[in-house]
Amino acid sequence: VENVRLLDRLSSRKAALGTLYLTATHVIFVENGSETRKETWVLHSQISSIEKQATTATGCPLLIRCKNFQIIQLVIPQERDCHDVYISLIRLARPVKYEELYCFSFNPKLDKEEREQGWKLVNLNEEYNRMGIPNSYWQISDVNRDYGVCDSYPTEVYVPKSATAHIIVGSSKFRSRRRFPALSYYYKDNNASICRSSQPLSGFSARCLEDEQMLQAIRKANPGSDFIYVVDTRPKLNAMANRAAGKGYENEDNYSNIKFQFIGIENIHVMRNSLQKMLEVCELKSPSMSDFLWGLENSGWLKHIKAIMDAGIFIAKAVAEEGVSVLVHCSDGWDRTAQVCSVASLLLDPYYRTMKGFMVLIEKDWVSFGHKFNHRYGNLDGDPKEISPVIDQFIECVWQLMEQFPCAFEFNERFLIHIQHHVYSCQFGNFLCNSQKERRELKIQERTYSLWAHLWKNRADYLNPLYRSDHSQTQGTLRPQMAPCNFLYKFWSGMYNRFEKGLHPRQSVTDYLMAVKEESQQLEEELEVLGERLANLQKSQLTDIKVESKQQDRSKQLGLSASNNSLANTPQDYSNDLKSFPSRSPSQGDEEDSALILTQDNLKSSDPDLSANSDQESGVEDLSCRSPSGGGCLPSEDSGKDSDEAVFLA
Amino acid sequence: MEFAELIKTPRADNVVLHRPFYLAVEGTLCLTGHHLIFSSRRQDNAEELWLLHSNIDSIEKRFVGSLGTIIIKCKDLRIIQLDIPGMEECLNIASSIEALSTLDSVTLMYPFFYRPMFEIIEDGWRSFLPDQEFELLSSVTDEWRLSCVNKEFSVCPSYPPVVIVPKSVDDEALRKVAMFRHGSRFPVLSYYHKKNGMVMMRSSQPLTGTNGRRCKEDEKLINATLRPGKRGYIIDTRSLNIAQQARAKGGGFEQEAHYPQWRRIHKCIERFNILQESLIKLVEACNDQSHNMDRWLSKLEASNWLTHIKEILTAACLAAQCIDREGASVLVHGTEGTDSTLQVTSLAQIILDPRCRTIRGFESLVVREWLQAGHPFQQRCAQSAYSNSKQKWEAPVFLLFLDCVWQILRQFPCSFEFNEQFLIMLFEHAYASQFGTFLGNNENERSKLKLPQKTMSLWSWVNRSEELSKFQNPLFEANSLVIWPSVAPQSLQLWEGVFLRWNRPSKFLDEAHEEMINIIKYNKELQAKVNALRRQLAEMETDDRMQDNL
Repeated sequence: VENVRLLDRLSSRKAALGTLYLTATHVIFVENGSETRKETWVLHSQISSIEKQATTATGCPLLIRCKNFQIIQLVIPQERDCHDVYISLIRLARPVKYEELYCFSFNPKLDKEEREQGWKLVNLNEEYNRMGIPNSYWQISDVNRDYGVCDSYPTEVYVPKSATAHIIVGSSKFRSRRRFPALSYYYKDNNASICRSSQPLSGFSARCLEDEQMLQAIRKANPGSDFIYVVDTRPKLNAMANRAAGKGYENEDNYSNIKFQFIGIENIHVMRNSLQKMLEVCELKSPSMSDFLWGLENSGWLKHIKAIMDAGIFIAKAVAEEGVSVLVHCSDGWDRTAQVCSVASLLLDPYYRTMKGFMVLIEKDWVSFGHKFNHRYGNLDGDPKEISPVIDQFIECVWQLMEQFPCAFEFNERFLIHIQHHVYSCQFGNFLCNSQKERRELKIQERTYSLWAHLWKNRADYLNPLYRSDHSQTQGTLRPQMAPCNFLYKFWSGMYNRFEKGLHPRQSVTDYLMAVKEESQQLEEELEVLGERLANLQKSQLTDIKVESKQQDRSKQLGLSASNNSLANTPQDYSNDLKSFPSRSPSQGDEEDSALILTQDNLKSSDPDLSANSDQESGVEDLSCRSPSGGGCLPSEDSGKDSDEAVFLA
Repeated sequence: MEFAELIKTPRADNVVLHRPFYLAVEGTLCLTGHHLIFSSRRQDNAEELWLLHSNIDSIEKRFVGSLGTIIIKCKDLRIIQLDIPGMEECLNIASSIEALSTLDSVTLMYPFFYRPMFEIIEDGWRSFLPDQEFELLSSVTDEWRLSCVNKEFSVCPSYPPVVIVPKSVDDEALRKVAMFRHGSRFPVLSYYHKKNGMVMMRSSQPLTGTNGRRCKEDEKLINATLRPGKRGYIIDTRSLNIAQQARAKGGGFEQEAHYPQWRRIHKCIERFNILQESLIKLVEACNDQSHNMDRWLSKLEASNWLTHIKEILTAACLAAQCIDREGASVLVHGTEGTDSTLQVTSLAQIILDPRCRTIRGFESLVVREWLQAGHPFQQRCAQSAYSNSKQKWEAPVFLLFLDCVWQILRQFPCSFEFNEQFLIMLFEHAYASQFGTFLGNNENERSKLKLPQKTMSLWSWVNRSEELSKFQNPLFEANSLVIWPSVAPQSLQLWEGVFLRWNRPSKFLDEAHEEMINIIKYNKELQAKVNALRRQLAEMETDDRMQDNL
């Protein structure tokens, strides 16, 4: 469709004219602008809602909201075209078969071997070995081979040595969806462990001997402690209500030596609504400070994040400080339980705070234990009530921790944002389906590529410059402040206003420090070369070699850091009052423009995979998204003669 | 008066000091004329706490049996608790502290008694003189002149003796203009934008009154800053409503009819007790120990602090935008022109002028736009967030300015030569200091108090390399561009370094900062080494070549 206008979210006068293309996998908007031909790419799988608004004199507006929090506003001249686009997008955004998803057509031009290598990057058996398992207390069980006991669990499950197959099967029959207690994390230092399961089918009075034996076995696997904690991550009221349906929670009287504990994390429906409310706040056009803070508070989002963190902190403390094993469950044990176990593991074990370790953690607590990615993130058309930002919340918990412990994580914010992006993108096979069983049936590993290999290949972009493996923050357990530091939990604009670059700090400390570190590395190399040359020279007094090439590298590097530094931008809409005053196009220094273009290159190189498409244009998507506060990083808008006028209009 | 008269009990033993995130320490408490000194006698970890009496904002006492407890709340927002055995001793100490922290006379303040322990390399009182500033200006334009019309502070008591005004306006006209402006604060030059020759001026409100008085000289003065055929902007920091109400009291605003070349924009920035209450509420919220996440956000909202930040920044951005983007000159004023006006003019300069983002340049800005411009520091900073006195003239105007600078610094972390600590240091010294810099309400008072002769300047201390290194931003790389901050709520944050400073452990953040410094330091060392080696090689190579040639 031609002559489509892409609107800037905050200033209606600033719009780009261009052509809209629909392909099998993407919506593409190409700007008409002569030089840049800026492109905006949106994956169909990222589309969360499409809204057709009332036709106006200028055309028919179409609003596309994305799961990665991008919002695209288009105006299509002809109502009929708009309707066609709308209908097509609705169909395209809601695939019904896995085969329609992007990962089955995505081809990063890797050969078969490279693809297989990619899938081998994360190996959970190795991970359990790293924890020190199997050992004299824990062993691998093949009771679930062929998914005979529990179809949402992995085939390889780690259980206490004293738990026989009979106990496991018996226990599984007493648990929702047969998700019996299994090992999530083992703390080598004191034998305490984190196990996970679903709720028991206790109703008001039911008991199960095998289940009681199972918990007994978990306790015995930690000889240092004479009890275990059973943590129900639901609010007490929810758990009680479940009893009426024959489910419920453990009765302390029936199980010997357990301490039972509720930690109230709300269910997926509450979380879905909470995110919805928070996004409405993010979408507000020029909100006042009060609008924003009130909206944020009313959404309850940060309260929920804190609840998840508190649960994780409780468990980490029980394991590391008290040396007590913990069994965690919620209802089915695949949402809140996954969140809480992974937060606790992250706090306990520095390995999970490395890039590789974080991949392993997600693979362990989320992918292998049957977190329902397909349902929660709506990859295929399904029940909208199943959708909920469960892993988004976990990712945010990690970010909140990064804010409190800036040196503790090997990876940076971008790493988290890109993982969130790919949970929804369906570009890689990792997060497809609802369970390991389904993925094996679909032969995901033979037909798609692994995200982890892709991220690993670009790891230089995801490094936290402040991370040092010998730094004190990278050792041992992280102990975040709990009470009374509510103010520690902050709104994450880098995620929820991700595409509104104008709102973010204009200079990235991370990128700057990375550039400095890279330069240091080159200097080290040069120092070595120079040292050798000097030695040679002193020895033989021979002189004909030139090392100038090195020097060029260096200045290029300096150029990069300098341009990081000059992320100039344009003013925002600071006043409505300038509207009626004729505005002149300001005579802008060339300096500013060139700095902006440099900036664009920088972003391009540092966000190579953001746009989730296979060709080389990729970085553009991220850049071309509309920046609401006056087009912070769009050089074409900055230097344009007419567009500048829009800057002053609200 | 002797301080000794005020000190009823100069010393108490077995006092226990409580602070958040520290273990309680037992030690000895001493009171001197200007300090409260606590020293612990523990062998392994002897430490001393020195607190200026003038830093004490409020003091509370409680008794449990014969054990008295004093809670001291400081202007820098810190709260400490002292357990003092013996009721009488405790009462004596409390009343002594109360008396010593609320001395009336300026000349009894610590700066008049302080003797520096460091060598003075540069006298800070002479570091930022108006003549130097004018010299810089005259190198780029000859349209302005230094006027001594206010010698002896005879025309405007809150202005410095010399000001910069348009060349075409003589002193006689200035005197007339002064009669037409509130507090005689006639329009003077605040900033000259080299890039396009546009200027920013500041003044107080015109005294138009209800019958629309006008003053030809005033019109001529501000028109003198316009290029032929160009228009300018007047940014009034009050809402239109308030500006209209001001007419009833003899004040007012520039009428379109008399200032046809000027467009007036009203940007409402709050003042006085509204700001003070905002600070009190904010600090209350920050000190709240309850666990409820919701209450934190609504209290933060209810304090309105960030709303004020947003308003001030927006007005400053607007002024900068008019100058840089619209190519127009700007006049900024509110009522007196000593508070919101200065917030706007100084922040606009930080946005526009790279020099103001250096340490020296920022100091110069504080001197020019706050001290010399007559911001009444002594009145505004008499009390801080824990005061209960509802005096009308106390307000955290300067703290709001520093907070706004911090917001810009956070958005442009590589564009400032100074770091957050520098801003926090200025906040502390504005409220309580051993230096005379922030004493008095204007240059007139400072000269009467003979501050330059009798006290030490803050700048004499700060600008020594030992101190400076603490305030330098390791990420700084000079950025010659205009920097436009975002004023969206998502972009503005609570300044934790000030407001949560005493309520959160900062260890991990400090470590991160240290790491940052190390990365940069290592890089610089490497560069130096590489350069040295290169030079050495080059020398050897030329030697060689010379030998070859021979």
